[in-house]
Amino acid sequence: MEALSNRKKVLEQKPMNFWERIYLPAIFQGMAITFRHMFKKKETIYYPEVQREFSENWRGMHSLKRDEDGRERCTACGLCALSCPAEAITMVAAERKKGEEALYREEKYAAVYEINMLRCIFCGLCEEACPKEAIYLDGPIVPSDYLRKDFIYGKDKLVEQPFNSKA
Amino acid sequence: MEIAFVLEKFVFITVIFALSLVVAMYSTLAERKIAAFLQDRVGPNRAGPGGMFQPLADGVKMFLKEEIIPTQSNKFLFIAGPSLAILTACIGSAVIPWGQDVVLFGKTIALQATDINVGILYIFGVVSLGVYGVMIGGWASNNKFSLMGAIRAASQNISYEIPMGLSIIALLLLTNSLSLKDIAEQQHGFNWNVFYQPLGFLIFLICSFAETNRTPFDLPECETELVGGYHTEYSSMKLGFYLFAEYINMFVSSAVMATLYFGGYNYPGMDFVNSLIGPTWGPLFGMGVLFLKIFAFIFFFMWVRWTIPRFRYDQLMNLGWKVLIPLAIANIVLTGVVIALVNKF
Repeated sequence: MEALSNRKKVLEQKPMNFWERIYLPAIFQGMAITFRHMFKKKETIYYPEVQREFSENWRGMHSLKRDEDGRERCTACGLCALSCPAEAITMVAAERKKGEEALYREEKYAAVYEINMLRCIFCGLCEEACPKEAIYLDGPIVPSDYLRKDFIYGKDKLVEQPFNSKA
Repeated sequence: MEIAFVLEKFVFITVIFALSLVVAMYSTLAERKIAAFLQDRVGPNRAGPGGMFQPLADGVKMFLKEEIIPTQSNKFLFIAGPSLAILTACIGSAVIPWGQDVVLFGKTIALQATDINVGILYIFGVVSLGVYGVMIGGWASNNKFSLMGAIRAASQNISYEIPMGLSIIALLLLTNSLSLKDIAEQQHGFNWNVFYQPLGFLIFLICSFAETNRTPFDLPECETELVGGYHTEYSSMKLGFYLFAEYINMFVSSAVMATLYFGGYNYPGMDFVNSLIGPTWGPLFGMGVLFLKIFAFIFFFMWVRWTIPRFRYDQLMNLGWKVLIPLAIANIVLTGVVIALVNKF
């Protein structure tokens, strides 16, 4: 039968000669290689102090965006929760009262918006589903914690800071 | 006078004991650091500057761990195992000459705990006792993995003690003495035994890797096959003792190798240096040189560990019985013939 490709090579197994059989030269060769690695540049990134650069399409912690006037964009339509394959998002909608027009863009807003970071698989489907461009996974790595309840992030951690905060 | 002598020895032994413990303690850090450097990493660097306090943190961790003694184990032997391991590791350093006689406070002090005239035999006795700690611990655990590890340790140590002893016999033909002090004195200056016994040194080196259960001979604790080997069931400081005993063993066997083959506290130009800095600092400097050699050997142990993979069991036995023992016997014959010829002409 003809070979599909002509890349096949028959391996030739020669019996080892004397120097190969006493192994010591091979051992010294290996030790020279490991010794050279002592002086190579270390690959380590000193993590908490130094952070690795993320790629363009990195998906990290979620943030709920504000519009150009500093109002929350989210209108609590629930499409993100619906699209979430891990069912990590829950929300409670509320109606905007008079005088709150500077806080929320639409008449309806999310009074409670929670993401369980232990459930979230960072797929980015919520980002895609959102019609209001309100949620983006553009944050850092979700930090570690001790208790499960501390991984349920509410609006206090998710909504981005108003960019012209009066401070 | 009698009391002064006892006091002097007591202080000296305490110092040596503390030194070997500190060296063993920092060997654990050195091992992790060297492993990291050989693999382009940085190693432990959080506890103290550059990870200096890592051994202390490890020790505290070991002491605070829950201590589990399996219900089906033999309690007495289970505790005796690690105790014996660390005991035999510690008493090996008693006969090693750390330096020439030093003049301290107007007194001449021998830098050796005891100069018994069968020093080498003593070392051998202690080393062969070392395997009992492993065997007893593995047997008392009442666990198949532990037992397998213990059996491996026993057969490996017994197999490698033979070529080790044979390689020493060739050395003894040369030195005419079993006292480590005599052997060290004979290597004055640069007259080191390794130049006369290169093959014997190689055999001794390989066997001391096997005796200390270091890679490539770490089959007794081979994780991939035996979980944790003989210390599978051990926890807390009893595990710590087993691990610590390995590092003390490494220190002692490095010291023995440096003394037997690499001149101990001797170095080229030592007479000149001694006349320059006097009878107090000269021998102490020699002791520093000995410690440099010991550290070099410890580094070598670790370097080999992170380079060479573990032997298969049959390869281990092949190497011990079919290669090292014939080589060692050939070395004895060769040395004997050469000595006879040199004496004749």
